[in-house]
Amino acid sequence: MSRIERFLPRRHLTQVSPNATPAQGNPSDLPNPDEAPAIAVEDLCKQYRTHWAVDDVNFIVPKGWTVGLLGGNGAGKTTTIAMIMGLVVPSFGRAMVLGHDMATERHKVLSRMNFESPYVALPGRLTVRQNLMVFGRLYGVANLKARIEELIEDFELGDVLDRVTGRLSAGQKTRVAVAKALINDPEVLLLDEPTASLDPDRAEWVRSRLRAYQKRRGATILLSSHNMTEVEQLCDFVVIMSHGRVVAMGRPRELAERFKCRDLDEVFIYLARVA
Amino acid sequence: MTQSLNRIAAMTARYYYILRSSSLRLLEIIYWPAMQMLVWGFLYTYLYDSKSAMASTAGLLLGAVLLWDVLFRGQLGFTFTFLEEIWSRNLANLMMSPLQPFELAASLMLMSLIRLVIGTLPVMLLTFVLFGFNVFAMGPGLLAFFLNLVLTSWAIGLIVAGLVIRQGFGAESLAYSIMIVLLPLCCVYYPVAALPLWLHPVAWSLTPTYVFEGMRAVLLDGTFRTDLMIECLALNAAYLGMGFTTFVALLQSARHKGGLLTMGE
Repeated sequence: MSRIERFLPRRHLTQVSPNATPAQGNPSDLPNPDEAPAIAVEDLCKQYRTHWAVDDVNFIVPKGWTVGLLGGNGAGKTTTIAMIMGLVVPSFGRAMVLGHDMATERHKVLSRMNFESPYVALPGRLTVRQNLMVFGRLYGVANLKARIEELIEDFELGDVLDRVTGRLSAGQKTRVAVAKALINDPEVLLLDEPTASLDPDRAEWVRSRLRAYQKRRGATILLSSHNMTEVEQLCDFVVIMSHGRVVAMGRPRELAERFKCRDLDEVFIYLARVA
Repeated sequence: MTQSLNRIAAMTARYYYILRSSSLRLLEIIYWPAMQMLVWGFLYTYLYDSKSAMASTAGLLLGAVLLWDVLFRGQLGFTFTFLEEIWSRNLANLMMSPLQPFELAASLMLMSLIRLVIGTLPVMLLTFVLFGFNVFAMGPGLLAFFLNLVLTSWAIGLIVAGLVIRQGFGAESLAYSIMIVLLPLCCVYYPVAALPLWLHPVAWSLTPTYVFEGMRAVLLDGTFRTDLMIECLALNAAYLGMGFTTFVALLQSARHKGGLLTMGE
């Protein structure tokens, strides 16, 4: 039994489909999942008064993998990611990143990770250059000017560099936010709907940059998205949540086969209705 | 240590960029203290010329106005700089970065000091030019008064910032209103003796009371009350410690409540 399988919440999987089985296989083109994981979510729960936003969630993200966290609105994705970031303290269970409990030891690992979310903005009154400088210094980036130059080139930010961030278009803001998320060359990258406000062309452009970064750095990426095409393109593995629980997980193609669906989009809709 | 200083410098630079980006904001820092000083200044002129019994104490009024402004603007500078993070929905970015709470607090303190110098120095100059009242005539005591008032303003600013993190925008109005509660109790314009006896312990538990009593001692008797300033400094150290502890506790409470990610929405 692989490490991933041990963390599968069988109880919920069975509720969704009697045919549902954990992901199989250990392909040679991916890092070994039996290594210490980059992210380990263990019995994670979050209760707000009487409501369980996250209810007994377990999964791991092996180092170097890109894992998609999917689910409809209110499924518990953002709360789960917030607990992995240490912004929210779990009611029970724990979220570990690079071996550190994010509720109690987050300061030991924050410089090795970063995140991007459309719900969190960069200071709008600062120019793009000023924002990158400030966050670069906060993360203690060595050779900051050179790193910013790299990001300017990678994300084609040259023409907006001295413009005020708040006055950029949604697409430009996303590019700047992703550039900020990569400023410290993070080992672990958390992305909350990274292409939410982009047109298909720009979204594909951002995905290509993320793929290139992941390949170059060997980074671990956990992303939440409503865009199933994006998830199929980027993710090695997918965790689907509904009503605060994990209802299925596996490789995108395996999930489609398992639920006898054409693609992940159909799996998502099927699970949203059944679970 | 170096990394810590670097992060404090980064945050201070961030706030400085904002300040520099808007001349209106810069003007606003000077505008309110200047307007207040003009009103009280003209009253001072009237009292000074009136040969009334109050004329001899007219200088106390301007001294009190100036020092009260140090306390009030110090706290506003601290809190408003922090609120900038809430308004720009940037708090989660900061909380996810390696920035430690004490580093954030230190940068807010630095910025409060910068705003205070920008806002207060021109007004002090204006007071001298227009009304002939030289606040620097208080001598080295002025530095002690300034230091103690600034420390108090930071302690209160930390608590207000913590409450905003914990309670959200509902607590934002505290930024404007909390100092007004202190105004009658810390005896800005009158001595402690003017308060009813049962309020004396309350007044003496507030650090600004020591400063304003100290100021009156300098302006009326020409004596600098070292004892008052030392007591005030000790109290301030305790209040600053309590302020920071409260800030961290409220921050931790917000992490339990789950409000940090959506703060500002």
